[in-house]
Amino acid sequence: MSDDKTRTIQVDYMTRVEGEGSLTIRLEGDRATEVRLAIFEPPRFFEAFLRGRSFMEAPDITSRICGICPVAYLMSACHAMEDALGVRVGGPLRTLRRLLYCGEWIESHALHVFLLHAPDFLGFPDAMSMAKKHGEWVKRGLRIKKAGNSLLSLMGGREIHPINVRVGGFYRAPTRAELETLLPELRWGHDAAVECLEWMARFDFPDLERDYEFVALRHPNEYPFCEGRLVSSRGLDIDIRDYDGHFVEEQAPYSSALRSRIRGRGAYLCGPLARFNLNFEQLFPEVQDLARRAGVAPPCRNPFRMLLVRMAEIAQVFTEAIRIIESYVPPATPFVEASVRAATGYGGTEAPRGFLYHRYALDETGTIVNANIVPPTSQNQLTIEEDLFELAPILASLPHDEATRRAEQAVRNYDPCISCATHFLTLNVERG
Amino acid sequence: MARRKRPKLAVWKFASCDGCQLSVLDLEDELLDIAGALDIAYFKEATSVEKPGPFDLSLVEGSVTTSHDAERIREVRKQSKALVTIGACATAGGIQALRNFKDVKEFVSVVYASPEYIQTLATSTAIADHVPVDFELRGCPVNKEQLLEVISAFLHGRKPNVASHSVCVECKLRGNVCVMVTGTPCLGPITHAGCGALCPSYQRGCYGCYGPMEAPNTTSLVRAFRQAGSSTVDVVRVLRTFNANAPAFRKESEAQEKGEEESQ
Ligand code: SF4
Repeated sequence: MSDDKTRTIQVDYMTRVEGEGSLTIRLEGDRATEVRLAIFEPPRFFEAFLRGRSFMEAPDITSRICGICPVAYLMSACHAMEDALGVRVGGPLRTLRRLLYCGEWIESHALHVFLLHAPDFLGFPDAMSMAKKHGEWVKRGLRIKKAGNSLLSLMGGREIHPINVRVGGFYRAPTRAELETLLPELRWGHDAAVECLEWMARFDFPDLERDYEFVALRHPNEYPFCEGRLVSSRGLDIDIRDYDGHFVEEQAPYSSALRSRIRGRGAYLCGPLARFNLNFEQLFPEVQDLARRAGVAPPCRNPFRMLLVRMAEIAQVFTEAIRIIESYVPPATPFVEASVRAATGYGGTEAPRGFLYHRYALDETGTIVNANIVPPTSQNQLTIEEDLFELAPILASLPHDEATRRAEQAVRNYDPCISCATHFLTLNVERG
Repeated sequence: MARRKRPKLAVWKFASCDGCQLSVLDLEDELLDIAGALDIAYFKEATSVEKPGPFDLSLVEGSVTTSHDAERIREVRKQSKALVTIGACATAGGIQALRNFKDVKEFVSVVYASPEYIQTLATSTAIADHVPVDFELRGCPVNKEQLLEVISAFLHGRKPNVASHSVCVECKLRGNVCVMVTGTPCLGPITHAGCGALCPSYQRGCYGCYGPMEAPNTTSLVRAFRQAGSSTVDVVRVLRTFNANAPAFRKESEAQEKGEEESQ
């Protein structure tokens, strides 16, 4: 029931997000009294069935949590296992990992920017209908996405669930000649990304500025992928091994995903906007200029502008991928050997959507006795709901259908991956 | 000139990682043509447009893990002229079918602090365990070229041209050196083709993500693994991944466990 004062915005099954979730916003006047991002995707219980598996199996198994960012799972799992076993992966192997991650950021960001989010800004229900009017831009987006996927399939064997990653490195390292075949398309992709960013900078961005606590990895010499300290815009600065001491996950009765808070503070934001604000000086100078020209520079606190930040990150990683390939010298061996021991290992890397944390306890045979995974969408859930509370006056001023679309667009700012967000926890419930 | 009505396509998700439906969007060169040739009537991940059934072709990703989904797949079947399952989740129950070998109540309490909020079935099962399926495309994930072939075959009313031999045959055709000669266990001889023998081409043993081929000789392959030094635990692990609940893999892994118990 609704009168002129109260109304409910209800989306039973969100579209253009990965996975199954619903959205409910109750408005009274221009205030929201309730916001629920409910995730009804059925749980798949990864942490439970990882128990009893070998440390070597964790990367491939956990990559099946998400078909859009499998490399993030492969990387966080490998780093956690290497941490447990005292293995260091450096030199060209480390560089190859960065190169692989570049491919995933390009593919995943391009999917989101062009196929899932840009249609919101231009008033289309999907990229296919957007292509009727903006065909050249959609085609450019698809080709950018394909360039990322080509990098993934060359290095990983295939785009979705690459098979060439293992604890300690790779099964087979690519040759320089193989990688060089990618260069023309990567160079094209970089230039196209610059043009797309300039075009998108002219979109209309709803007014919403919030004083977020941003959380991301920070590394002294590079834009973060797999290494660094976990820092925040309010002074957090920790080793990822201390993650559990600073963050908690909780369960809401209406959702099958767990949601995170910073202990003693509350909601925070991870993902492109956090990385960008916390690591701006690590972007290549030309990418910094490009971002400034597009109207985004730290502190950028408008979540709708995450679209532009993703484009800037695409330009960044195209450049990085090109540089890596141009100076590539293959590693002497494709992987570092690991010997097993009983230990706990921690891994955290920057998935396209934000920080992805893995923790495993192993026994002396290398069998997993305990696993814990916290994906970025769990971390951003509270912030998404808070954004919608703040957006209430705008929503209240719009006709119902438009308000619904605007609310969905605000959720899509985070590129939420509901498949990732389901089935996780930190709380260990031991049954007596 | 009146345009012919375009066939209606629907893409459905059940318990899954979204990787198989993402394969549709990964057809970057063909996506806009597909959208021109077909009426994409239902595809939550790609569009906010939603048109009512009936659908000419439904692609179904994911497995059945809740009673609500068991109901939903029956509805989808009723609305679909042809129903094709895509990927190991839909064709065999997926990695989440590992619950079928354990007590699911324990699983829920490992993951959630308040297990009473979580509704789930004790098993994860293939779509074909619930409704008749017109074609099953294997893989975790499916191969996107094969997916394209299946879509066009169904739209033209012909049989999809998808090979049913083993990964081992694909590997020979590629001219790879067999990884088993270096002692690496490889499921290629019993695994359904489709990937083009990817893992062996990257110097790794096949891990069976396309599931068992028709009438696989699992026993003799497992014997070879044992001779090369694999333990029961090792063998059970390789058989129990993304297609753990496919009957041939399931039967063999259970036989191995039983054999181990009896020898104790
Ligand atoms: S079969 Fe594999 S790739 Fe496909 S949805 Fe299931 S887990 Fe994802």
